[in-house]
Amino acid sequence: MKQVRVECQGIALSYGATPVLRDVHLDIAPGEFFALLGPSGSGKSTLLRLLAGFQRQQQGRVLIDGQDIGHLEPWQRQVGMVFQSYALWPHLSVWDNVAFGLVERRVKGPALDRRVGAALELVGLSGLAERRPGQLSGGQQQRVALARTVVTEPQVLLLDEPLSNLDKTLRVQMREELLALQRRLGMTTIFVTHDQEEAMGTADRMAVLDHGVVQQVGSPQALYDAPANAFVAQFVGTMNQLPAQRLPQPSGTLRVAVDGLGEFTLAEPPTQPSGTGPLMLGLRPHALRLQGSDPAVGEGDDCAWGTAQVHSREFLGAMVRYQLQLGPHRLQADALHLAGQALLPPGQTVRVGVPLAQLRVLQG
Amino acid sequence: MGSPNAAAPLSASPWRTTAPGVWLAGALVLAFLMLFLVLPVGRVFISAFQDADGGLTLSHMATFFSQSLMRESFLNSLYVALMSALMAALIAVPLAYFTVRFAFRGALLIQTLGVLPLIMPPFVGAVALQLIFGRSGSINLLLQDTWGVSLPIMEGLSGVIFVEAIHYFPFILMNLTVALRNIDGAMEEAALNLGCKGWRLFWRVVFPLAMPGFVAGVSLVFVKVFDDLGTPLVMGQTNLLAPQAYLRITQVGLEDPMGYVISVIMIVFSILAMALSARVLRGRDYATLQKGGAGLRQRQLSTWAQVGAWVWIVAILLLTLSPHVGVLLLSLARVWSFSPLPDAYTLAHYATVFEDSGGMITNTLLYCGLAAGLDVLLGVTMAYLILRTRLPARQWLDAISTASLAVPGIVLAIGYLRQFKGVTLPGTDVLLTSTWVAIMLAYAIRRLPYALRSCVAALQQVHVSLEEAAQSLGATRVRTIRRVVIPLMAGGMLAGFMTSFITAAVELSATLLLVSAESQAPMSYGIYLYMQSVAGRGPGAALGVLAVLVVALGTYASHRLAVRSAGPMTPESRP
Repeated sequence: MKQVRVECQGIALSYGATPVLRDVHLDIAPGEFFALLGPSGSGKSTLLRLLAGFQRQQQGRVLIDGQDIGHLEPWQRQVGMVFQSYALWPHLSVWDNVAFGLVERRVKGPALDRRVGAALELVGLSGLAERRPGQLSGGQQQRVALARTVVTEPQVLLLDEPLSNLDKTLRVQMREELLALQRRLGMTTIFVTHDQEEAMGTADRMAVLDHGVVQQVGSPQALYDAPANAFVAQFVGTMNQLPAQRLPQPSGTLRVAVDGLGEFTLAEPPTQPSGTGPLMLGLRPHALRLQGSDPAVGEGDDCAWGTAQVHSREFLGAMVRYQLQLGPHRLQADALHLAGQALLPPGQTVRVGVPLAQLRVLQG
Repeated sequence: MGSPNAAAPLSASPWRTTAPGVWLAGALVLAFLMLFLVLPVGRVFISAFQDADGGLTLSHMATFFSQSLMRESFLNSLYVALMSALMAALIAVPLAYFTVRFAFRGALLIQTLGVLPLIMPPFVGAVALQLIFGRSGSINLLLQDTWGVSLPIMEGLSGVIFVEAIHYFPFILMNLTVALRNIDGAMEEAALNLGCKGWRLFWRVVFPLAMPGFVAGVSLVFVKVFDDLGTPLVMGQTNLLAPQAYLRITQVGLEDPMGYVISVIMIVFSILAMALSARVLRGRDYATLQKGGAGLRQRQLSTWAQVGAWVWIVAILLLTLSPHVGVLLLSLARVWSFSPLPDAYTLAHYATVFEDSGGMITNTLLYCGLAAGLDVLLGVTMAYLILRTRLPARQWLDAISTASLAVPGIVLAIGYLRQFKGVTLPGTDVLLTSTWVAIMLAYAIRRLPYALRSCVAALQQVHVSLEEAAQSLGATRVRTIRRVVIPLMAGGMLAGFMTSFITAAVELSATLLLVSAESQAPMSYGIYLYMQSVAGRGPGAALGVLAVLVVALGTYASHRLAVRSAGPMTPESRP
C-alpha cells in the first residue's frame, strides 16, 4: 500500500466570533501513528472532522500526498474515519455494515465476499457476520467499525476517541490491537484522544492542542522531557511549578533564585539572551529527592537543597505521593516505595533535593 | 445444601408479598376493563359466530361473503384505507424530510400548521371540503369559468380518500419527524465517509433508520381510516364497512348478525395492521442519537430550491387548512351555494347555536371531562401497579387497555347495546344504555390507552429512589404516593387528561349509536345532525368552529403541560 503524507498548512476555523482552530500547522509523515491530544473543547475533534471533509476550514490548506483536498467532498477523499460512537447502522448486519463502503465503490460478487471476509478476519469477527450491531459487545462493535473503515483501503485512517467507550481493561487490550493493526496495514493514522497515557503509549508522534492552538508537536518522550510550556507540562504528566527570579548572568547560562532553595545556575541556555525578571521552572514529582525517606541520598553538587515539611501523603503502592511545603511553595513528590521502607509522617521535616538537570524553564 | 425453604425470603412469591390494597386496586381496574371492554367486545364476537340456538356457526360469516354489497363494502374499506395511507404518506414524507434536513424557516411553520388537521373532526372537514373542492365547490366553479374543466376529486370513494388523507397525514408527519430527528449524525457521516451520498444515502441509511416511525404512522392512518364512520356517512358513501354496520344496527336492529360480523372483521383488520407494524418494528429501536450528539446535518437550500420548497409547502398547507377556512366561512355565510365565496356574511348561526345547542356544549364538557378524569384515575392506578408492584399478571391490565385501540367506536357501541340490553341503573328503572353514562363510559374506554401512556411515561421519569427516600423517612406506601408520586406525576397526568378530553370531544362513531335522546347529544353529534340538512349547515359549521376552538385550546394546553413535565426527574440527572 502506498503511504501518504498529511499536511495542514495554516488552518483556521471559527464559529461566529469563537475561534475553534488557529493557524494549525502539522506535517504527518507517511505511515505514522499520530495522536492529537487535548482537553475537550481544544479543537482536536474539529481538526479530525476537517480532514474527513465534514467541516471546512476558513483559512489554510490540507494536503494529502501533496494534493490539496480542500475542494473534495467527504466521499471523494480517500480518508476513512472511525467514529467515537462507532455509528454502526442498526438496520444492517455486521456483514452488511462492513460491505457498505465496497458496495458504494461498486465492488460485487466474489470480490466483495472475499474482501469483507478478509476484513472481518482481520479484526477476529468472522463468526459474527450475521449478527446485528445491537447484539455485540462494545469491543466487538469497535472492531466492526474498524473493519468497516479499513476494508475500503483508505490512504489515511482517522480515529475519533476510539477507546473512550470501552471499559478500562478492554481499553488497554484494544490499544495494543489497534497499534498492531496499524503497523500491519501501514496506513497513515491520526487519532484523537484526551487521555495522555493512551497517546503516549501508542503514538509515534503527537500534537498537543489547547484552545485551537497547537502547543507542541513531537515524540511522546520529547514532549514529556522538554515541554514547551506550562500547559503541555501539566497535560502530559504532572509538573511541579516553581516561581523563580532570574538573576543577571553574563554568559550563556541561566542563574536563578528560588524561595526556599537559594540561588543556583542552570545549564540550560536561556531563550532570551539576557535580562532579569520572574520565571517559571518545572519539575516532575518523581525527580525530587527526599533525604529523610532514603538514607542513600546524600547531598551533592548536582542538586539544589532546601528544607521542607510533609503536609500530607498518599500511599499508592509502587510509590508514595507526598505534598511538601517548601518555603512558600507546595510541591508534589513521588517517592519510589519498596517493601519495609518507613513512610514520612505528616509534619515531619525533610531535606529536599532538586536535581538541576531535571529543571525545565516553562514559557507561558 | 440447605432445605428449599431456606431460600424462600429471597425468592418470595409475589402472591404472598403483594399488599391487600394492591390486590384491591388491581381487582377494581380489572373489573372495570372486563365489564366495559372485554365483555361487550366478547359479546360482539360471540354474536357473530352464534346461531339462533346458541351453537357455534360460521354461517353468518358465509352470508357476509355471499352478499355482493358486503363484499363490495369490504373491498371498498380496504381500498380506501390503503389509498388514504398512501396519499397521506405522499404528503407527509417530503414535509418531514424538509423540516429535518434543511435549515430554513418553513420548518417551524410545517411543524406548527401540520398538526392543525388533527384538531378538526374529519366529518366536519368533509363538509367544508365539499364546498371548496366539490362538484359545485369554489375550485371547480373557478375552473369551469376559466377553462371549462372540473376536477372530480370529491366524487365517490376518491372524495373519502382525499378527506381522510388530508386529515390523518399528521400522524405520519409527526412519527417520521421524530424518527428522523433521533438519527445520530454520525450514522450519516459514516456513510458519507464510505462514499455514499445523495439518493443512495437516503435509501440506504436515512430512510431505513426512520422506518419504524414511518411504519407506525402509516399503520395508525390505516386503522383510523378503516374504522371511520362519520366521514363516509357525511359524504354519502355507505358502501363501506363502518357505515354498513351502523345502518344494519339502526335499521334492521340489534338482532341482525351482519352488524356483528362486520364488527368482527373491522377488529380483525385493526389488529392485523397493528400486529404487522409491531412485527416490522420488533427489535428495531433505532433511536440512535447519543447523549450530547448531533442529529442529521442541516443543509442550506439554494435560492431556487428555497422557492421550490416554499411553493410545495404553501400548496400543501393551503390544502390542509382548506377545511378550517371552509368551515369558518360556512359558519359566517348567509348564503353559500354555486359561488366560489359566500354571497353575504352573518353571525346569526352562532346565535342559533347558543340558543338551540347550549346543552350540547355542556354535554361535551360533562362527558369528556368525566371520561378523561376516569381515564387518568385508571391510568395512574395501572401505571403504579405495572411499574411499582409485583402484582401477578399486571402486564395484562396494560395489554387489555391498549387492546381497546383496535376496537372501533361503533363496535364498542354495538357491544354496549347488546351486552347491557335491559340492564338498569342500580336502584332505578332507567336503562343504562338510555343514559349518557354509557356514552361517557365508551369515551373513557376508547381514550384509556392515551391516558395510560401519559401516566406510565410520567411515572417512569420519577426515579424510584425518590419514593424510597420518602419511605425511609417514615411515609407509608399510600402517603408516599400522595405526597411524592402524584405531585411529581401531575404534569403527565394533566397531559393525559387533555389528550383524552380532546380526542373524546370529536368522537362520533360510538356517539352516533349511543345517543338515545337529543337532550343527551354532545357537540360532535350535534354537528352531524345539523350537517344532515342544507339549512343546518351554517349552525353546524358554527358548532364545528366552537369544537375546533375547544380542541385547539386543549391541544395547546396539553402540549405545554407535556413539555413542562418532560424533564427527567431522576436525582442523578440534576446538575
